[in-house]
Amino acid sequence: MLQTIGVESIDELLAVPEAIALKARLEVVPALPEYLIGRRFAQFAQKNDGVNYRSFLGAGSYRHYAPPAIAALAMRGEFLTAYTPYQAEVSQGYLQAIYEWQTYLCLLTGMDLANASVYDGATALAEAAIMALGATGRHRLLVSRTIHPNYRAVLRTYCDGLDVAIEEIPFGEAGITDCRPLAQRLCEDEYAAVVFQSPNFFGNVETPPSEIVEKIRQSGAIPIGVVAEALSLAALAPPSSWGAQIVAGEAQSFGIPVAYGGPYAGFIASTQEHMRRIPGRLVGKTVDNAGRTAYVLTLQAREQHIRRERATSNICTNQAHCALIATIYLALMGGTGLRNAAALNLARSRELASAVANVANVRVKFASPFFNEFVADVGRPAGEVLAALRAREILGGLDLGRFYPELASCILMTATELTTTGDVKALAQALEEVLHVPAAV
Amino acid sequence: MFRQQSNGRDAGVPLIFERGQTGRANDYLEKAKPLENFLPKEVLRDDLALPDNSELDVVRHYTALSQRTFGIDLGFYPLGSCTMKYNPRVNDAIAARHEFAELHPYTPDELAQGALQIMYELERSLSSLFGMAAFSLNPSAGAHAELGALLIAKKYFKERGETHRDKVIVPDTAHGTNPASAAMCGFKVISLPSNARGRVNASEIHKVLGADTAVCMMTNPNTLGLFEDEIAEIAAAVHQAGGLMYYDGANANAIMGYARPGDMGFDLMHLNTHKTFTIPHGGGGAGHGPLGVAARLVAYLPTPVVERDGSQFRLEFARPKSIGPMRSFWSNFAHAARALAYLYANGEEGLKRVSQLAVLNANYLRVKVAEFLETPYPENCRHEFVASAQRLKKEHGVRALDLAKALLDYGYMAPTIYFPLLVPECLMIEPTETESKETLDAFARALREIVGRAQRSPEALFEAPATTVVGRVDETRAARQPDLRWRP
Amino acid sequence: MAPPGGLLFSKEHEWVKLDGESATIGITDYAQNALGDIVYVELPRIGATIKQFSNVGVIESVKAVSDLFTPISGEVVEINEALEGDPAAVNREPYGAGWLLKLRVSDPNETKNLLSATDYEKIAVD
Repeated sequence: MLQTIGVESIDELLAVPEAIALKARLEVVPALPEYLIGRRFAQFAQKNDGVNYRSFLGAGSYRHYAPPAIAALAMRGEFLTAYTPYQAEVSQGYLQAIYEWQTYLCLLTGMDLANASVYDGATALAEAAIMALGATGRHRLLVSRTIHPNYRAVLRTYCDGLDVAIEEIPFGEAGITDCRPLAQRLCEDEYAAVVFQSPNFFGNVETPPSEIVEKIRQSGAIPIGVVAEALSLAALAPPSSWGAQIVAGEAQSFGIPVAYGGPYAGFIASTQEHMRRIPGRLVGKTVDNAGRTAYVLTLQAREQHIRRERATSNICTNQAHCALIATIYLALMGGTGLRNAAALNLARSRELASAVANVANVRVKFASPFFNEFVADVGRPAGEVLAALRAREILGGLDLGRFYPELASCILMTATELTTTGDVKALAQALEEVLHVPAAV
Repeated sequence: MFRQQSNGRDAGVPLIFERGQTGRANDYLEKAKPLENFLPKEVLRDDLALPDNSELDVVRHYTALSQRTFGIDLGFYPLGSCTMKYNPRVNDAIAARHEFAELHPYTPDELAQGALQIMYELERSLSSLFGMAAFSLNPSAGAHAELGALLIAKKYFKERGETHRDKVIVPDTAHGTNPASAAMCGFKVISLPSNARGRVNASEIHKVLGADTAVCMMTNPNTLGLFEDEIAEIAAAVHQAGGLMYYDGANANAIMGYARPGDMGFDLMHLNTHKTFTIPHGGGGAGHGPLGVAARLVAYLPTPVVERDGSQFRLEFARPKSIGPMRSFWSNFAHAARALAYLYANGEEGLKRVSQLAVLNANYLRVKVAEFLETPYPENCRHEFVASAQRLKKEHGVRALDLAKALLDYGYMAPTIYFPLLVPECLMIEPTETESKETLDAFARALREIVGRAQRSPEALFEAPATTVVGRVDETRAARQPDLRWRP
Repeated sequence: MAPPGGLLFSKEHEWVKLDGESATIGITDYAQNALGDIVYVELPRIGATIKQFSNVGVIESVKAVSDLFTPISGEVVEINEALEGDPAAVNREPYGAGWLLKLRVSDPNETKNLLSATDYEKIAVD
């Protein structure tokens, strides 16, 4: 080969100017034969004790049952090793799967269209906000404090780049957005969007009152809904029912492993009027040169590779493989299976709430209806209580004091269809011991 | 030579929504009480019109779809700028371990030491390999990391009282995400022309540098596959003007063990681990875009970072100068694990070998292709090269698009076409190091045959592809009459 | 396709037809051909004041996007709403049904910055 090219050595081809040539000794992990790589990672794996504890963690990442048929399909080499389907004729399978994903999201959220996925729920919110900013030409956002703190933080990061101001709406005693100051604020300032999350970070179902949504619309702002626990869409009235025009959310619940935070699959869905602003990839149905049904990436003129600095976003990859996993999950579960799974989540979380509320000095903090998470006030700094639970090999939930200083004695507890009665009993028992009080009978 | 299993036009696959019967549910979970038992009726939805299908029918459906999808596992994927190398299966086996897949992101640090150590080792290895002070594993993709880098630059200049710096310089050969990311941070883009050798002149750069220069974004080797030999002078000039240098790491496959962006003078960079480090493309994502910085910018990295205290690792969120988080949780961890596994498979010498073979393969293929197609830059390339169908278009009306579609009939994925914009009727070809000489020879033969047909009887090429499950797709109709979802 | 008489042209391949105080604007046949199948046209709002040669909109084809520059200054009084459902009209009849917008002209002297049909023909080459 070197002869064909006409050089004496490979080094000739890779030569770089002397001034910048690598001279330092590199410090990279050592090379191992393949069978030892597995062992090295087994050593890492053994240090992840938390994976074996009973867990009541949720807060934006949810343990749900993923039937093994998903992996059997999604890990097929064609799906796993395909590139972005720019050559439609040899990518019909993936394109159709993504068209199905887009459809599923519309059916679940009540929106008219959805894109081919974005990185995760937090960036989905940021991109939805950018849509609203572009559509209205305004520079302020109103965002409920009950939205996932990480999502709000990512929104802030993105808005810092755009010099956009974010104002927060407080929550009230019921643990849902306090809409009373909203009407006033909408009169005083021009907002690009008003954003609600349901179920919110505390697990509570939020339905913005219709008068408020009407005022939002009249003020020229766009109502945006956020969904962090996608399974809730199977049970709850969709965001379209309260008037959301853009829905941003996270599809991790649909069969995607929690995997220490990623990769996940965010989604953006919207009403028809926002079609041209929606970022990222879109799959459309069309025909081929003989009239056969065919799928293709469409409306690409919005995207970075064509619009460059005038693109609706810089986003390039979507989360295709994760979206595929979610689509297969939805196909396997079916509407019936999803509603059943949602019902199990409701049942288990109420079982948990009951058991926990039975422990003296512990109460469920908010009276609102919740999906699969709720806030337990344990009467003492949550951090201490959680540490003591860890000593009993239980991950009792999330210390809310981490994000809400006024909730320092509160733990966000989650139960899903995978939570057993044994888990619930163990947590209640452990709480009793930790709080040194006998449970009320 | 690969042929798609469907072997030509077929009847298509109905949508999943066009199948199934309500109630044909699978028994994955026990039966719960109806929803009304748990929540007031007004918050519930009335129905959920999603189809119920048996597991067998779902398996058949998606298996059929997979058979209508081309991947690296099926055939050669010479996509310039994408580095479609083989995705080793050992990486997936490791990522699928339940200790990684089932670990919740809010697991306290002391109970997630394995995951944190994986992230730490990857970060240290990448920093050394590319000459940066530190990396963040936060970003989900190259474009995501670019955005992070520009946010870092913006914040850095703000703290120095230099908010007048609002210009980002981008060569005309740059990937579209570069200017798009700049715009998302409120920067204005200045395009830099390439010279006749396809490279950026240090003298050109001087013309656009000024007190308003924020960042100069470059890829090296550039998107033509050529090494920017004046990079040190360019970096010096940008630094002199008070700006920062950003390295688009899409082409990192060409330099490992030979040069490091840090040594070239870059202050910020990203990597696409789904390019250089074998994370599977999965049909377009999920990607993973580690973001690297020079020492003076470390404090600005997105949160959290992984810190080490002796033998303990932790996630550090308290970073007052950080631009903040860029994503819901910490990282595309499953991909970080895959990338580290790939590093362990190679080590320093192995990675150098990767770049050597990538560049060797590209040059070999370039010489072969140059025998029958114009190569506008007839010199030794790095890991990719460009060819042009300009003459074929002028003389026979055959465009790069037609060559690309014809290749599909030979069982190959088409190269990248129409990018970079600088070269008319462009084909950008990157073979990668994991392809054998036999594959390259066969590809060159196929492309030569297609070019021959283009010269003798181009009409058939306009109808290509002829053996795929659908023919050329009507993209105009898709854009004019958008149909983005099925409706009941 | 030869343009009808009475039009003036810009270097950016737009045409303008003046009629007293009002002007109709569109893109030339050369432009529509170069763009390929047009799929969407983004036009300024009615009532917007636009300046000669400024970027006022976007014309999208399947694979490309092109800025629309107004050949003359004025206030937008009408936009071609039919293009919403039938962007192909710009390809079919760039000088007729594919018109883009109508203005109330603010400075008729600006026409001195535009090209005659003969001069435009010289630049409308590949």
